Amino acid sequence: MTFSEPSAVPKLGETAPLVPPIAPAREVVEGDGPSDHHTLTEPYLRIENVHKTFGSFVALKDIYLNVYPGEFVCLLGPSGCGKTTLLRIISGLEQQTQGRVIQGGKDVSHLPPSMRDFGIVFQSYALFPNLTAIQNVAYGLENQQVPKAQIDQRVAELLDMVGLGGMGHKYPSQLSGGQQQRVALARALALSPGLLLLDEPLSALDAQVRVKLRTEIAELQRRLGITTVMVTHDQAEALAMADRIVVMDKGYIAQVGTPNSIYQSPSSPFVANFIGVMNFLDGVVEAADTVRCGNILLHAPNNEVPVGQLVSIAIRPEDMRVVDGTASVPNQAEADVISREFLGSGYRLDLTLSGNARQPITLEISANRARAMGVEALESLAIQLPPEMIRVFPKESTALSPLPL
Amino acid sequence: MTPTTPTAPRPLRVDRTKAIDTEAWIMRVLLTLGAIWLLVGVVLPLIPMIGRSFRDNNGEWVGLGNYLRYLTTPSLVQSFTNSLAVALTTTLLACGLGFVYAYALTRTAMPGKQIFRTLGLLSLYIPPLAVAIGLIFLFGNQGLVTTGLFGSLPELNINLYGFNGIVLGEFLYCFPQAVIILMTALNLTDARLYEAAEVLGASPIKTFFTVTLPSVKYGLISAIFVCFILAFTDFGVPKVVGGNFNVLATDIYKQVIGQQNFAMGATISVFLLVPSVLAFVIDRIVQRRQTALVSAKSVPLQPKPNPTLDRIMFAFCTLVVGFAIAVFATIILASLVRVWPYDLSLSLKNYDFGSVGGGGYRAYWNSIRMSLYTAIFGTIIVFTGAYLVEKGRGLKWLRSAKYFLSTIPLALPGLVLGLSYVFFFNNPIWRIPFTGMAIYNPFKGLYGTMALLVIVNIIHFYTVCFLTATTALKQIDPEFEAVSASMAVPFYKTFWRVTVPLSLPAILEIGIYFFVNAMVTISAIIFLYPANLPLAAVAIVNMDDAGDISAAAAMSTLIVATSLGVRLLYSWLTRGMRARSEAWLSR
Amino acid sequence: MVNDLVRIVTQAFSARRRQRFLSMAAASFAVVLFVAACAVSQEDLQQADSGAAGSTSSNDSSITVYTALEDDQISGYLESFQTQNPDITVNIVRDSTGIITAKLLAEANNPQADVVWGTAASSLLVAEEKGLLEPYAPAGVEAVNPRFRDDANPPTWVGIDVWMSAFCVNTVESEKLGLPIPKGWADLVNPVYKGHIVMSNPASSGTGFLSVSSILQNSPTEAEGWAYLDQLHANIAQYMHSGSRPCKAAGAGEFPIGISFDYRAVSQKNEGEPIQPVFPVEGSGWDVEANALIKKAEIKDAAKTFLDWAISPDVMAKYAESFSITSVKTDVPLPEGFIADPEAQLAENDLRWAAANRDRILEEWTKRYDAKSEPKT
Repeated sequence: MTFSEPSAVPKLGETAPLVPPIAPAREVVEGDGPSDHHTLTEPYLRIENVHKTFGSFVALKDIYLNVYPGEFVCLLGPSGCGKTTLLRIISGLEQQTQGRVIQGGKDVSHLPPSMRDFGIVFQSYALFPNLTAIQNVAYGLENQQVPKAQIDQRVAELLDMVGLGGMGHKYPSQLSGGQQQRVALARALALSPGLLLLDEPLSALDAQVRVKLRTEIAELQRRLGITTVMVTHDQAEALAMADRIVVMDKGYIAQVGTPNSIYQSPSSPFVANFIGVMNFLDGVVEAADTVRCGNILLHAPNNEVPVGQLVSIAIRPEDMRVVDGTASVPNQAEADVISREFLGSGYRLDLTLSGNARQPITLEISANRARAMGVEALESLAIQLPPEMIRVFPKESTALSPLPL
Repeated sequence: MTPTTPTAPRPLRVDRTKAIDTEAWIMRVLLTLGAIWLLVGVVLPLIPMIGRSFRDNNGEWVGLGNYLRYLTTPSLVQSFTNSLAVALTTTLLACGLGFVYAYALTRTAMPGKQIFRTLGLLSLYIPPLAVAIGLIFLFGNQGLVTTGLFGSLPELNINLYGFNGIVLGEFLYCFPQAVIILMTALNLTDARLYEAAEVLGASPIKTFFTVTLPSVKYGLISAIFVCFILAFTDFGVPKVVGGNFNVLATDIYKQVIGQQNFAMGATISVFLLVPSVLAFVIDRIVQRRQTALVSAKSVPLQPKPNPTLDRIMFAFCTLVVGFAIAVFATIILASLVRVWPYDLSLSLKNYDFGSVGGGGYRAYWNSIRMSLYTAIFGTIIVFTGAYLVEKGRGLKWLRSAKYFLSTIPLALPGLVLGLSYVFFFNNPIWRIPFTGMAIYNPFKGLYGTMALLVIVNIIHFYTVCFLTATTALKQIDPEFEAVSASMAVPFYKTFWRVTVPLSLPAILEIGIYFFVNAMVTISAIIFLYPANLPLAAVAIVNMDDAGDISAAAAMSTLIVATSLGVRLLYSWLTRGMRARSEAWLSR
Repeated sequence: MVNDLVRIVTQAFSARRRQRFLSMAAASFAVVLFVAACAVSQEDLQQADSGAAGSTSSNDSSITVYTALEDDQISGYLESFQTQNPDITVNIVRDSTGIITAKLLAEANNPQADVVWGTAASSLLVAEEKGLLEPYAPAGVEAVNPRFRDDANPPTWVGIDVWMSAFCVNTVESEKLGLPIPKGWADLVNPVYKGHIVMSNPASSGTGFLSVSSILQNSPTEAEGWAYLDQLHANIAQYMHSGSRPCKAAGAGEFPIGISFDYRAVSQKNEGEPIQPVFPVEGSGWDVEANALIKKAEIKDAAKTFLDWAISPDVMAKYAESFSITSVKTDVPLPEGFIADPEAQLAENDLRWAAANRDRILEEWTKRYDAKSEPKT
């Protein structure tokens, strides 16, 4: 039932494919802007200065984005951040108020969806309930005056590809959610579109199915080398699937980058908080590399904020270390345990730092370590906030200006 | 799980340049045509009618003269208050009893709910005219009740002709409408609210006032306005049992048909129109404030048995249904009696319409033809119209305008609509107001044709059908159109292959609604039907006018039987259809 | 040069703007064309204003006939026309006299009817006055009693029969209620009849009008006539739409006494209903049922054929089976149930006076009696 890694790259037919197969971009792309690799390639999709307003509500502003051939880009953000609007503008289902969309070197800004080149999968599957899986997948093909035999063959191949061979005669209501979404995927790919758009494709599925299907979709995408833009509000999904993530907030792009770079180097507290879990402590910059949080002085070599400014320092729960309290390591602090939560694979502890009781922080430790420490009875412990893991954000500036690509 | 190694299908070259914007143009053209249709069908005809109310019968401008004359003619003013009194009383009765009835059907464990549901709506299929004729044979001076079954029981004279008769008839007419609306509202409540109330220890009465009533508030308001408009504007019942109790609707008829005083007819029409439009507007405003009480997670209420309440409700429903059935049965009986009340032997003599006016079987077949056309064309127009409004792309202002125009007909009394059509379509030359210009009427050829009768019927019953279609379309995934567009499939193909099949139950429902209403309607067509196209419902009026009440009962029976027959045919057909589409309807 | 200008202008638009501009231009052009094509010439407009614009229906062989004859009479009469003229389709519009009259007046600008058949002469006189009728002397008009036709030559209207008011008294119900059988108008104001009498509304019914008109003409003064009607009004249960309905209501026992007309009363009695026709001792109001040709742009030959037939001996004999007085003498014996000397029963009646005062009488009547808000009990 899985569409596992094929033994061979997709057979490319006699006809020239619309999408030239390229090497998977994942390893190559690093950083926010165009990488070395991309400077050599023209972007397949360019979003230039797109704005969208609904009445007086600004849904999107100053959107610039390049998507390179074969790339898997995730638009990630909380609901209402404009990610779906952006996807709909890319597809032509929505008209931008201003700006251009260039796909495959052609300005498609004002083309209706039917004249653009994309396949789309929706959260609701949007399968035609009165048509079987086969009829659904064949729907677009039948309109293209493709011979019947060819349609049948292609539909069978597509259904095989998504692991639904033999189930083609079922109606959507007879299929599970995951199966329906596979049919929707096969349908979206039926016309070999240059661009695959996925609008929260996994959100309606059960947790287990979701995890499984997301792996499969990512694999399929890489195998086909199809340029893909996916909208999601689930950061785990984005981190697992995307070559690059576009984090959006309130209609602007907060940060663009590989999953790794976004997780490691969030450019703002918003991004930091949205991707993964982040502890924040209020503080003030005392010296170029020192921040004071309450009574604690922290060494922060990454700091770029001028002296005297109010800041938030941020550190991930898994980046903090439990120390024995005797060795002299920088940024060491005593902490009281407020509550502990068993996660299965480890423990999450809510702590207050002595000298800064106002702001609790969260610490994650492995189950091994926790047992060794006797965590159930633990009332206080010493922790270290490793200096290189501390990020410093100026206060009152959760909104950073969009980064150049 | 065996790892398979499927080969990815080879890419396909798709030519999307062919999809030049014809699709968008088709949509624009259709939307424009739809807007023109509504403009010509709904708005423009009202202009000459209202204009006519400022002119005398010879076409001379008299300003507010007609209104002054109206307001200073005591008999006409009396009609206005009479209409109000009838409408208010009927509304109170129909909504009050309708609420109890709907409550019994949805919130009690009373036995026989399915049967009551069907029979409670019986009078939907009996035109008000026929109801009134049934009332004559029940409560008239020689009626079954008045004479106590011709002397075998105590006599009971309710003084049918006048206020009492009209209210009784309008009640039967409005009751099923109120029940439908209230049943929908009562069905929509979330059972969890009741469980919460019960857990909190609220008494049944408190629960009724704090949970039940607020939850059906909007339904109740809608029912009140619908009943008010229906009773205020109905023509059939007061025509037959009104006696000398004049109401606005019969006044218009008398002015227009009796005296051919179109100016005064137009003036009274305005008086009929204004309260209806007001009621409509208020209802719209109130409904706009309605928020969805029912989320997708709502739990349907399973009423618990309550022997006392259930028994009382059963008795009540039996009584109400019994009354409707009695009226219906009396119509049939009266149509079969040779000479009521002197020769009670049964015969089919009254079904030989040869010696009475109205056109007899020709009228009956014409009505069937008209209803069929109305059902077919009306359904096509309404459904595509609703589709374009609901699912169309672009021209947003036009779509909003179309939505608004589509809801207006609900506020237009049939008599007003019919009279407007006379002024609009029978005028060889249109003057464009305030410009001094005039153009030939391009629709003149429609006047006096079957086509115009079909058009007026479609418009008259447009709103309910439109809202039915809209509701059905809203339930269809809005992304279907997006998916089709992504596959370069034009919207009309998806409309035909997906939207129509998915909406088939609603489409058929609309067709039936059109058919039944076209079959029984009288108000909109009474001014419009040409001499060579007699119609069954009009024939009832003519027979009643001429005093041939038994023949009128016979024609009523034919109409009701036809409507019911079509309804039954529909349920039978849809049962077959449901079985066929079970594969994809089952969830 | 112009081309350059056009190029510059069009280039100024983006592709999208241009599309929008073009579609708007096309739409406005279409509207202009439409208005231009439909614009009304001055002559037509004036003609429309003067009310003389005629319809130009095709020269087919179907005619529309307006008639106030009774439904149960019409099909019998028409048989001979249809055998004689199988090609002519006759669309009958049957309604009460008042309504036929009102329709004729209302359709003055756009006449729908070709012929009026069997409709009150007093009403046709109103139409004649408005110039809606075309004088025509049908074949055989010489035989028509001059008293029952227009004296002009060619005549505007030609009568076919006379009908007169009569009471339909339901003997069964009267006995039940202990009501005496009324002998004439004077008896009807007796309070015992309160709520037991129905009559037709003169505004819609010719029968109602001739009763009212005759009462007014035969009272010493018109005011006394109205005084009598006031008294009568106190006894009336309902004013009904048509002339026949009061009699049918009486026949069905719905109300014991209906003020109706002779044919109705007699035929219902003959059909076995418990009706006793009463011809009022004071004399009956009467009117002539007459035919006329409608003035319109295109007068069909079929219409004249119809008018010729409508006074032919064949159909006249048929009329005579239901009416005691026909405009052409026939040898058909007086139908059963009629009064022996019908002409003597006719009260004083000046049709021209009735026509001239019709509007005034109806207005006064409506003002006095149509305001009833409560049904009589």
